[in-house]
Amino acid sequence: MSAFSAIGEEREIDRDEYTPGVEPQPTWCPGCGDFGVLKALKQALPEVGRTPEETLLCTGIGCSGKLNSYLDSYGFHTIHGRSLPVARAAKLANPGLEVIAAGGDGDGYGIGGNHFTHTARENHDMTYIVFNNEIFGLTKGQTSPTSPKGHKSKTQPHGSAKEPVKPLSLSLNAGASYVARTAAVNPNQAKEILIEAMEHDGFAHVDFLTQCPTWNKDARQYVPYIDVNDSEDYEFDVTDRVEAAEMMRTTEQALYDGEVLTGRFYVDEERPSYQEEKQAIGEMPEEPLAERYWDDDYEWERSYDRFLDKHA
Amino acid sequence: MTDNELIWRISGGSGDGIASTSQNFAKALMRSGLHVFTHRHYPSRIRGGHTYTEIRARADPVTSRGDGYNFLLALGDSFARNPKEDAVYGNEEIKPLSENLDELREGGVIVYDEGLLDPSDIPDFEERVEANDWHVYPLDLRGLAREQGREVMRNTAGVGATCALIGMDLEHVEDLMSDAMPEKILEPNLEILETAYESVLEEYDADAHDVTVPAGEHEEQQVLLSGSDAISYGAIDEGCRFIAGYPMTPWTEVFTIMTKNLPELGGISEQVEDEIAAAAMAVGASHAGVKAMSGSSGGGFALMSEPLGLAEMTETPVVLVEAMRAGPSTGMPTKPEQSDLEHVLYTSQGDSQRVVLAPGTIEEAYEQSRLAFEIAYEYQIPAILLYDQKLGGEMLNVPKSHFDREPNADLGKTLSEAQLAEQPHTPDGKFHRFQHEADDGVSPRSVPGQKGGRYLATGNEHGPSGHINEDPDNRTAQIDRRLEKLEAIREHLDDLGTQTYMGPEEADYGILTFGSQQGTVAEAVDVLNANGHSVKALGVSDMLPFPTAEVEAFIESVDAVLVVEMTASGQFRGLVQKNLGRYGEKLSSLLKYNGNPFEPAEIVDGFESIVVEGDGLDSSTTTFVPAAGD
Repeated sequence: MSAFSAIGEEREIDRDEYTPGVEPQPTWCPGCGDFGVLKALKQALPEVGRTPEETLLCTGIGCSGKLNSYLDSYGFHTIHGRSLPVARAAKLANPGLEVIAAGGDGDGYGIGGNHFTHTARENHDMTYIVFNNEIFGLTKGQTSPTSPKGHKSKTQPHGSAKEPVKPLSLSLNAGASYVARTAAVNPNQAKEILIEAMEHDGFAHVDFLTQCPTWNKDARQYVPYIDVNDSEDYEFDVTDRVEAAEMMRTTEQALYDGEVLTGRFYVDEERPSYQEEKQAIGEMPEEPLAERYWDDDYEWERSYDRFLDKHA
Repeated sequence: MTDNELIWRISGGSGDGIASTSQNFAKALMRSGLHVFTHRHYPSRIRGGHTYTEIRARADPVTSRGDGYNFLLALGDSFARNPKEDAVYGNEEIKPLSENLDELREGGVIVYDEGLLDPSDIPDFEERVEANDWHVYPLDLRGLAREQGREVMRNTAGVGATCALIGMDLEHVEDLMSDAMPEKILEPNLEILETAYESVLEEYDADAHDVTVPAGEHEEQQVLLSGSDAISYGAIDEGCRFIAGYPMTPWTEVFTIMTKNLPELGGISEQVEDEIAAAAMAVGASHAGVKAMSGSSGGGFALMSEPLGLAEMTETPVVLVEAMRAGPSTGMPTKPEQSDLEHVLYTSQGDSQRVVLAPGTIEEAYEQSRLAFEIAYEYQIPAILLYDQKLGGEMLNVPKSHFDREPNADLGKTLSEAQLAEQPHTPDGKFHRFQHEADDGVSPRSVPGQKGGRYLATGNEHGPSGHINEDPDNRTAQIDRRLEKLEAIREHLDDLGTQTYMGPEEADYGILTFGSQQGTVAEAVDVLNANGHSVKALGVSDMLPFPTAEVEAFIESVDAVLVVEMTASGQFRGLVQKNLGRYGEKLSSLLKYNGNPFEPAEIVDGFESIVVEGDGLDSSTTTFVPAAGD
């Protein structure tokens, strides 16, 4: 028996396998968009063929961070803004894992913004879902990095003087090879996009619009939405950086004007993933590093054998 | 120590190749059968500034840089060779001569580059030479190097001149140069070396002074290692194959050694965006089943406080290296201090559980690097290896056999899939990864990808299957279990006997120290006993969990104790008193925090004035003895 027999196992997967049977029940508010992410993910994972035990879901802090309490896979609920470095290291250590990171807009675009840009730059082979509801939810309604300019909250009582972060453009410019936006109110599109994102060989960033009916009543509920890939009004080539960038700019402005444009905005199938780049320059083993620790026949080299002669 | 030893100081500017030249020369001395110890002093800049390396060589083992030195090779500062001839950089070109003289012993030798340095710029130079019976050899090292190759090779000329003046043949130096240099520059360097050697012998009588190379012989094969080498090789031998980091002096040395070597061993090194990411990546890799490390120096380690706490709460094994330098804030990047001790012990929120080990010598750096991984993985706890710029950068010869032992890739209490099937699970199939029932507080873990092992790791308080849980009984049970580990680890460390005793078993007085000052204290203890005092010393390695009983017994066994450390606030002494709860009246502090480590004579002087003369027995008294010229 392999040390990691859950990895690569081929069998029919029931989406109920991802549902914890006993504990815990979601603590999200009624009507929360986060339910949409959970549902889409449960639908997408079996279709990608990944079992709960070969899936590692790393989350940050906030309402979004509780996602892996309600999705029954291997999980690492990290700390605020740090899901990405934990996730990408796990992927490097064992590339056989399906690694997904998730966090909110504060978590991903605020406190974890540095990790976001660098993970995109390196194009790690993983999926990153950002629950974007334009508000801090769990800390009870403060202005977030994606809140519109002028947004009033207890921490910005005179209205935010800041332009919101433009996550799609940021992601594209940082180097992500798959960038999409979907919405909790659109479960079918969300599922399709998550499937694509997980199957994509590189860093797939999904900005997931999740309405917050409790703290962000002013925000649009992201309906009606337009799927830019299906609409005749928006013709662009998702593999063309320049056209994608232009479309993202339009989309990100339109969101604050009340028009919700969703879909795939950039897909680059050509760019090698970070893991492939690292293997090409001889900085990463072909076989998963983690497996070596379970291989009784592997001969571990000592510094004595390899390096000490240089010091004699 | 007045018996036969060579302490050779090469001085110049950063960028003059002082580090590589001195490393080769130290190795040549080691190959000739001597025990060697090197000490580096350098400023935080790329080129220029005052920098030197000392090599101490004796027939007997050496544990410190010693007191002062007896051979100065004074090269010019880099900026003396600045292409802009009229560029003015203060009077740095005379520093290799002027800055070093205070510590040069009586009867010492000075070789200086007369192509660059003019001693008439230095007030009272002639008078001091006469008063101290120094032997001065002006040589045109630059001119000689220029004739045969390039000016930058004047280091080689300096080494050739040194060998001639101390009666050392060129064999080992030539061998090392042949190994290290590409053909193109080897020829001119060998030419320069020999020319300098011969011209000195023609021009001068090398017997006019008493500084010579001692004769020595090694019984077994030696290797010359820095503390950073030793830490890196310890990690490799213990099965570490993943490192993530961000450059920061002096931690960068370990980071670069690991980065150079890991890919050859099928491992992974990652230079990442910041230290938070670095430590979080080590946690992520370890969670996925790999032996992983990260590290930094004070300022960078401050950022690691978050992932450190995450590793504690999720019981993810990880090793973090903390290479101390003088703080606070950016402090003095290239100067040693031990003042991150409390930072490392107490950073991160909550009732923390971590292990902090502080090796005292290069051999211990290797041992404790291995030990840090062993403890971290066996007990599922972060282990911090705490050392400083001095220990990281100094080099010492160690018997090669010291490293000849089995590699260890054991991940600790990690279950196979067959074992997982037997373990308790929740009704929906989640593995009880954090079960309460465990003798030593360690509940066995699974690794993502294993069938039957799925669980949630979270930085929140959690129940046995990992789900967030704020139930008071569970909270108490979980935190008690995590704290139990420290007791088990204390017993583990006691069995190994990781503390170092120096001097006679019975003595009237004691010295307590930790980390890089241990070797210097060892030498001071020998000197003190030779001078008729009755002194023993204890070098404490385990900062957390602290060896309370052992340290208490040591303090009980003597009349008074001097605590030696490189901090201004007596952090180590505070730790001792915190753990022992008393003995304040028995302890006095000897502190140094000017950016330079102690020399043995400073500890001897401090002991005599504070402990023996008794004026320092008041526990509130701390004394700082500045080193001459430091």
